[in-house]
Amino acid sequence: MNLKPETLAKIEEVIPHYPVKRSAALPLLHLVQEDQGYLSNEAIEWIAAKLELQPINILELVTFYPMFRQKPIGRRHIRVCRTLSCALSGAYATCAEFEKQFNTYRGEISPDGEVTIEFVECLASCGTAPVVMVDDQLHEKVDRAKACDLAVKIKAEAAKRK
Amino acid sequence: MAEQRRLIFQHIDEPGYSNDLACYLRHGGYEVLRKVVAKPPAEVVDEVKKSGLRGRGGAGFPCGVKWTLLDRKSGKPIYLVVNADESEPGTFKDRYIIHQDPHQKLEGIMITCFANNVKQAYVYIRGEFPEGARILEAAIAEARAANFVGPNILGTPYSCEIYVHRGAGAYICGEETGLIESLEGKRPYPRIKPPYFPAVLGLYQCPTIVNNVETLCHVKHIAAMGGEAYAKIGTPNNTGTRIFCVSGQVKKPGYYEFEVGKLTLGQLLNEVCGGPLPGRTFKAVIPGGSSAKVLKFGERYKGKRKVGAEMVDFDWALEDVPLDFDSLALAGSMGGSGGVIVMDDSVSMVEALGNINAFYGHESCGQCTPCREGSAWMQRVTARMVHGQARKEDGALLKNIADQIAGRTICAFGEACAWPTQSFVAKFGAEFEAYAAKPAKSPAAIELV
Repeated sequence: MNLKPETLAKIEEVIPHYPVKRSAALPLLHLVQEDQGYLSNEAIEWIAAKLELQPINILELVTFYPMFRQKPIGRRHIRVCRTLSCALSGAYATCAEFEKQFNTYRGEISPDGEVTIEFVECLASCGTAPVVMVDDQLHEKVDRAKACDLAVKIKAEAAKRK
Repeated sequence: MAEQRRLIFQHIDEPGYSNDLACYLRHGGYEVLRKVVAKPPAEVVDEVKKSGLRGRGGAGFPCGVKWTLLDRKSGKPIYLVVNADESEPGTFKDRYIIHQDPHQKLEGIMITCFANNVKQAYVYIRGEFPEGARILEAAIAEARAANFVGPNILGTPYSCEIYVHRGAGAYICGEETGLIESLEGKRPYPRIKPPYFPAVLGLYQCPTIVNNVETLCHVKHIAAMGGEAYAKIGTPNNTGTRIFCVSGQVKKPGYYEFEVGKLTLGQLLNEVCGGPLPGRTFKAVIPGGSSAKVLKFGERYKGKRKVGAEMVDFDWALEDVPLDFDSLALAGSMGGSGGVIVMDDSVSMVEALGNINAFYGHESCGQCTPCREGSAWMQRVTARMVHGQARKEDGALLKNIADQIAGRTICAFGEACAWPTQSFVAKFGAEFEAYAAKPAKSPAAIELV
């Protein structure tokens, strides 16, 4: 495992927060996924060894919790809320706009590797529906037009990086 | 009509109010904690009992009673677990508290910990609030540096630590025993009760309090003003203020804080929220988060209710139902988490239910067969209906499935996923039948499934 020194430091800091090592499983999964982009078999085995558990104890968490993934995703992660209040305000159209903009379908990596669009359940900002998370950032009232603006911004940031 | 009364949301969206410690201290922050730690812990418990505070997470269980049930004689450590896994669709109050006023919440946590001799608290925050988790961690660090959290708080012998623990996108972690399992590093399968009541056998099999974010903020205000003064806010058995989170098809969605029971559903939707969207009329409302039973505009609720010591008749239209725990229960639904979702006449109830069923089908943890199979089955039936293959008997089929889930599962998720289907089919049965005759969705309709 080739983890960044700051990730390793955070891992050492978080384990003693709990009287039982196993409790640190979710925090470690978050830290390793943020570091590596996804959770490989090697990562799962590494976390299990670190917490003195069997790999299945970690794998069963990865397959249960929606936020963990076993495959890489695009460079940017666009999560569109699908649940009732957002849907009533047009979330399906918002999602379709993102798909059109990046020439991809939800759940897949766009052909340029730039984004993965995902439909997720309630993001708890129903009063400003429809809402979208781009990476860690929440965006409110994202109708088709605003989705288009966000897509343009993401593309511009990608171009700048190149 | 009653005016808004901002207790918990006093500083939310206030210009110039920031989420750092300096700002909180300028507004009298941590003064209540300072007073509380100078007194015996049992005093706070008494004040909370006198206040009549009911939990704001969904079940409305009296907070003081919850604390009294704690096994204090076991000799094991007592834990506080803060349920910040806000995930009931339609609910978005905790987000604002965490992002904009985290120290109010921390002060409530520390008061609760002191009152119950808790030495270790965990804030279980949902995974989709990464920024909220960072803000909370920063706030805890500030509070620790100022001696409000950590060893020997404010120079007293009392010590208490708080850590933030992030969830990872599972709704079932809002169920308190599922949350505890998750905090122990396992799949969040809810525990069976009895014997696993958190107050006796909670986190690491130790006595544990699990309280919602908003509830803990109320504790701070109760400690500040005293239980009796707090009990005068709101209505008897439904004390204090309540944050209503309004979303869906209404002119002014958002959050509104009122004294519990001082406002009717009609006043909230028509006056506070400005009524329906232009050219539309209201059709249905879910009053307490998506698992609460739907209420239909035009229906009436009749019966007897207790006012003081007397039983009196009531006859309410939907608009007349007072917004408190007991009245919403009399109307056949619940106050739940305070998430009010509004639907107007443009919405097909079959499609709205299809959306809700997709949520519960996705979120069932899979531990109990009736819920695992039933929620997914209801999801498939409503999806099939929406996608052009509805059958006349589908309403009856859905009801049949839902009836076999509720009451047959370890946790309340069984009811949570059955109630929408049961109430939608019972109240909009004609629409479910008519859907079979209508092979395709209208192209103008908003897509919900």
